[in-house]
Parts: sequence; structure tokens; C-alpha cells
Amino acid sequence: MDTFLQQMVNGLTAGSVYAVVALGYTMVYGIIQLINFAHGEVVMIGAMVAFSVINLLVPAGLPPLAIVLIGAGCAVPICMLVGYGMERLAYRPLRHAPRLAPLITAIGVSIILQHVALMIWSRNILAFPQIIPSRTYFIGGAAITTVQIAILAICFMLMASLAILVYRTPLGTAMRATAQNPQVAGLMGIDINRVIAVTFILGAGLGAVAGVLFGTYYGIAQYTMGSVLGLKAFSAAVLGGIGNIPGAMLGGVLLGVVEALGAGYIGDFSDLCAWGVPLAACEGGGSFILFGSNYQDVFAFLVLILVLVFRPQGLLGERVGDRA
Amino acid sequence: MKNIQIGISAIAAAIALIGCGQQGSSGGGAGAEVKIGHVGPLTGGIAHLGKDNENGARLAVEEANAAKIKIDGKDVKFTLVAEDDQADPKVGTTVAQKLVDAKVVGVVGHLNSGTSIPASPIYNQAGIPVISGSATNPKLTEQGFKTQFRVVGRDDQQGPAIASYLATNNKPSTVAVIDDATAYGEGIANEVEKTLKAAKINVLPREKGTDKTTDWKAILTKLRGRNPDAVFYGGMDATGGPLLKQGRELGIKAVFSFGDGACTDKMKELAGDAAEGLLCSQAGIPVEAADKKFLDAYKKKFNADPILYSPFTYDAANMLIQAMQKANSSDPKKYLPVLQKLDFKGATGKIAFDDKGDRKDAEMTIFTMKGGKLTPVAVIQGGKTQTYDEFVKAAK
Repeated sequence: MDTFLQQMVNGLTAGSVYAVVALGYTMVYGIIQLINFAHGEVVMIGAMVAFSVINLLVPAGLPPLAIVLIGAGCAVPICMLVGYGMERLAYRPLRHAPRLAPLITAIGVSIILQHVALMIWSRNILAFPQIIPSRTYFIGGAAITTVQIAILAICFMLMASLAILVYRTPLGTAMRATAQNPQVAGLMGIDINRVIAVTFILGAGLGAVAGVLFGTYYGIAQYTMGSVLGLKAFSAAVLGGIGNIPGAMLGGVLLGVVEALGAGYIGDFSDLCAWGVPLAACEGGGSFILFGSNYQDVFAFLVLILVLVFRPQGLLGERVGDRA
Repeated sequence: MKNIQIGISAIAAAIALIGCGQQGSSGGGAGAEVKIGHVGPLTGGIAHLGKDNENGARLAVEEANAAKIKIDGKDVKFTLVAEDDQADPKVGTTVAQKLVDAKVVGVVGHLNSGTSIPASPIYNQAGIPVISGSATNPKLTEQGFKTQFRVVGRDDQQGPAIASYLATNNKPSTVAVIDDATAYGEGIANEVEKTLKAAKINVLPREKGTDKTTDWKAILTKLRGRNPDAVFYGGMDATGGPLLKQGRELGIKAVFSFGDGACTDKMKELAGDAAEGLLCSQAGIPVEAADKKFLDAYKKKFNADPILYSPFTYDAANMLIQAMQKANSSDPKKYLPVLQKLDFKGATGKIAFDDKGDRKDAEMTIFTMKGGKLTPVAVIQGGKTQTYDEFVKAAK
């Protein structure tokens, strides 16, 4: 039971970070039907900028929390600028081009961003300064650290405020209108270019926060960290129904939990000895494990495939004929 | 259809001819320039170790040039052709072929066992001697290649060393063994498991991550439920650091022990305070126990301290050069037999190869993290354990 509870805590923490990243994918897809594969790289840039700022400030002797906040405070606007820049330079000129063109451009942008980061921050794995003293609390046998609590709180707060923004403000109404039908929204007096740019900026800002959280949680940052994280968040967005904002939140959290439980229990379930298969390795309480916990990363993509096969519109998505 | 087949075989024959021509000319390298290859990852998670290895070899080559070595009565200039294998087996073989095509006469590398093993047949076929300064997987020298050498110990010496130290000093009753599913990680983890089981210690079923895993919590949580007294991880520091940090966050109190891949000062940065008290082993002797002359020269040239295996790649490059000098030829065919029998005294002590190309009587050192610094505690040589202080005293 301890173990199960702990796996849930682990899964929820990782999942809430996936959810925040997935929002960036889903918001952009919802509004211009573009899968922005460069979003994972924005997250990486967020982590890297925060890394540099925090490293710069540590000798200044400010309180740790203030340093991390300043780090995040620098990462968010820079990532917003990157998000705006790529929309303006790479995607806007291609808005009316065939679907495939912006998709390939997105892959190109992602490679460019990765290599810019490589040039600035080197290829080394960077140890994120661990300045916030991490306390561990035990709740019902499950260990939860202060950093984990902060991540959960920040992620759910961000998700709630985004939901309010999208469903309760004039800007959100404009975004939803543009998502439904850009031409008509334009005729109604909505500045579509502005709304699309704001969507990119918001997504990038969320990505920056996710990057900082990822860095402080795992204690590492590297220029390649965005690709797997981005792919997992993309899977989460598809799981929830791409283009659907609550779907991305649900998909992210679910994916984190599935991954944690999957990696935690697959070894036990695929142990042939536990199933009573008579093997030489089983003698004297031995085991013969078919799939080990190294299949952890496979779960995200297994989920992606299963969703695409059985419920292509995702958990909360609606089947929309002309967009599929 | 038949025409196509004839066409293909004609092309194949042409390629074979070109191939022969190249091999024929690669022998006569006794000219002005002698190329020595170096391969290690210069990009990716362990690029810092790759660069360190390259620096070691580069220092040896530059010192040889400064000493104005003559071979066969002619002045020679050694050049180091440094390649990046990205720690990727596929890239490793491509790069090996590239070095063969560039007509290097000897190679120092690769850093990883996972890239060294697939690359070794390529060098063997070309008849080019290769000395690895850091690949510790036993399989590397078990393939019967006359061109393959290494100046570090093997996992089947290193694994038993750390495992027997753990067994006698920490006396655990249950140990969890994790590896990163690479040739290196799995190799050393297997040896540790074998030694622990021989010492009648209960070993939990193997857990595996990958060499890119950042989230170890699922695995560690599972292990926590089984309450091991010690954990061994076969893998590199880039993954070992997060593993250790997350293990402590989950409240695991077991002793964490690592092989040489995660026996670096970077563990302190990556795992923070959690790094305190870890145990780890390095094949060979500590960097700071290497020859003082080497340490000073390295520091002066690169303005940094050697990290891990550069004393070994330095020795490896020097051995190639010395063998060429003794054979009075840079032709691999001529100097290879000399290299095999070379009695060498280098920055890491006396080196001589056995029949397989392994270093005879390789030392293993056990470290612990104390006050944020890796501190050597014991040296194991030929199954004999000495404390580090005894070892240093005996060496002086």
C-alpha cells in the first residue's frame, strides 16, 4: 500500500508537469491546428535560462526562494519572446500553406533551438543548483518533498488560472472564437493575428515554468531534455483530446500516473515465475522478468498508440470531421 | 533481372578492388606525419569525460612532438585525429571506419564499452592497434582480436572489488542491483550480483533504467517496499546522480554504491547533499595518485584538473608512441608485436599486457563521498584489499 501510494505521488508530480507542457501543445493546436513540435525546446530554454540566472545569483547571498523566483521570472519573459518569435517568423508566413509545411517547419525550429542552446549552454549535463532545502514529509507511508508539494501547487494553480482566462475573460472568448472559425471571428472584429500570437506567448510562458519546475525537481538540465519531455506532453495532449484544454490537463496527470504505476508494477506482472511457469531461473524464489522497469518511457507512447487506434479524438475531445 | 545482378556484382567487385588498394597503401606510414586516432563522446551526457580522455591523449602526442622523436632515422610529427562517437554504438562503428580510412596507425579509445566492442572488429580487420583507457566490459578483449588492448581493469575485476568491499565492510543482508541497460552497466552489475550471491547475500531481481533516464522514482519506490540494505547501480554519473538524489528523497536509507562511471566529483553537484556517504569504485588508481609530472603538465596545458581517465589515455597514447619507437616503424604490422610485449612505466604505474590484451595486475580503488569530495578508502589488487593509506605508503 505504501508503495502504491508513493507511486501515485510520483506519478501526480511528473504528471502535473506534463499537463502544464501539454497545455502549450493543445492551445496552439486548438487555434491553428498546428502541432508545434518546438514546444519541448521552449521548455528546455526555460530551464536553461533559469539555470544561468540562479547560478549567477547564488553568490549574491539572497534567500534561496527569492533566487528561484527571480530565475523563473527571467525564464518566463524570455520564453514568451521565443514563443512570439517563432510564431511571427516561422509559422505566420505559412499560415495558409498546406498543413505539412508548418509541421516540418516546427521540426526545423525545434532543431534550431536545440542547437542554439547547445552553443550557449554547452553539451554537458548541467547540475541545477539545489539551493532550496528539500524537506521530506511522510503521509501514510508515502514520502513527499517540499519541492513536490510546490510543483503540485504551482501546476494546479497555473491550470486553474488558464481555465479562468480561457472561459471567463474577453481574451479567452476571442481565443475560443478564433479556434472555432478564424474567418468568422475576423469578421466579428477580432484581431486574429494578435490572438494567435497571445496563444503562443501564453503557451511558452507555461512551458518556461514547467522547465524551471522540471529542473528543480530532477536537479538536471541539458539541451536535449526538451525532446522526450515534449513528446510525452504531446502524447498527454493527444490522450486528453488535442485542442481541448481540460483534456490536456487530464491527459498529463493521467499519463504521469500510468507511467509511474506501469514502471512500478510491470516487472511484477511480467515475472513468469509469479505466473507459475516452470523455469530453471525460478528455483529457490528466483524470478524471470519479461519486461523490466526500463520500459518506463514506452508507456507514454503505448498510450499514444492505443488512443490513436481506439479513440482518436482523445478522452475529452469531440469528433470533428473537418479537423481530423 | 539477370543484367541487374551482373551489374551489382560488377559494382561489388569494383568496391572490393578499391578496398584492397586502400589496405595495401595503409602500411607505409613511416612518412613525416603519423596519425593517431582518439575516440570518445564529445557530445551528450558524458561529453566532459570524453573531452578529458581526449586531453590525456593529446598531451602525450604533443609531448612526443616536443621531444622531436625520430623513427627510422626520419623526423616524425604525430597528429591526434579526435572523433566524436556520441557514446552511440552505431556512431562508434562509423567513426572507427572513418579513422581507418584516414589511415591512422593506432587508436586510443573508445571511452565506452558499448562503442568499443562494435568498433573493435573494424580496427582488427584493418590491423590497427587500439588501446582503450576506460572501456571495462570483459567482452572487449574476449573476442580474440590481436589488435585490442586496454590499460584499465575489467568489470569482472571491478565488480567483484566493490561487491566484496560492500560485503565485508557494510555486511548487508539484502542488496538491490540496478543497471542502465548498456553493455557497461549490465556487465558490471552482473559481476556485482555474482560476487554478492557467492557471499550468500540476498540480491533482489534486477531493475533496469536506460542511459537517459531522469525519473527513477518508480523503480526506487518499488525497491523501497523491499527494504534493501544496499543499492548498487551500474551506470554513468548523469543518471546515477538523479538516482541517488531521488532515492534519498523517498527516504531510502540504504548504502548507495556505484561503478566507475558514476565515481566522479560530478555526483556531488548532481545529487547534492544526498551524495554524502556513497561508495564507488574506479578501475585503476585515483586521478590524484597519478604521476605528479602528468598532473602538472595537464593542468598547465588545459587549465583544468584531469577528471577521470585521462591518465590512462595519456599512457595509452604514450604506449603506442613508445612501441613505434622501439620497433623503429609506425607500420602497425611491425610495431604491434612490440606493443604486445612492451614493459611500460607510465602515469598510472607499471603496465604490461597479458595474452588477451588486458592489463596485468590492474588495481581497483574504492572511494567514498566525504564532505563533498570523493575520498579513496581502499585499493584492491589481485584479490588483496589494502586501505588507501597503506597503498600510498607502500608505493613510496
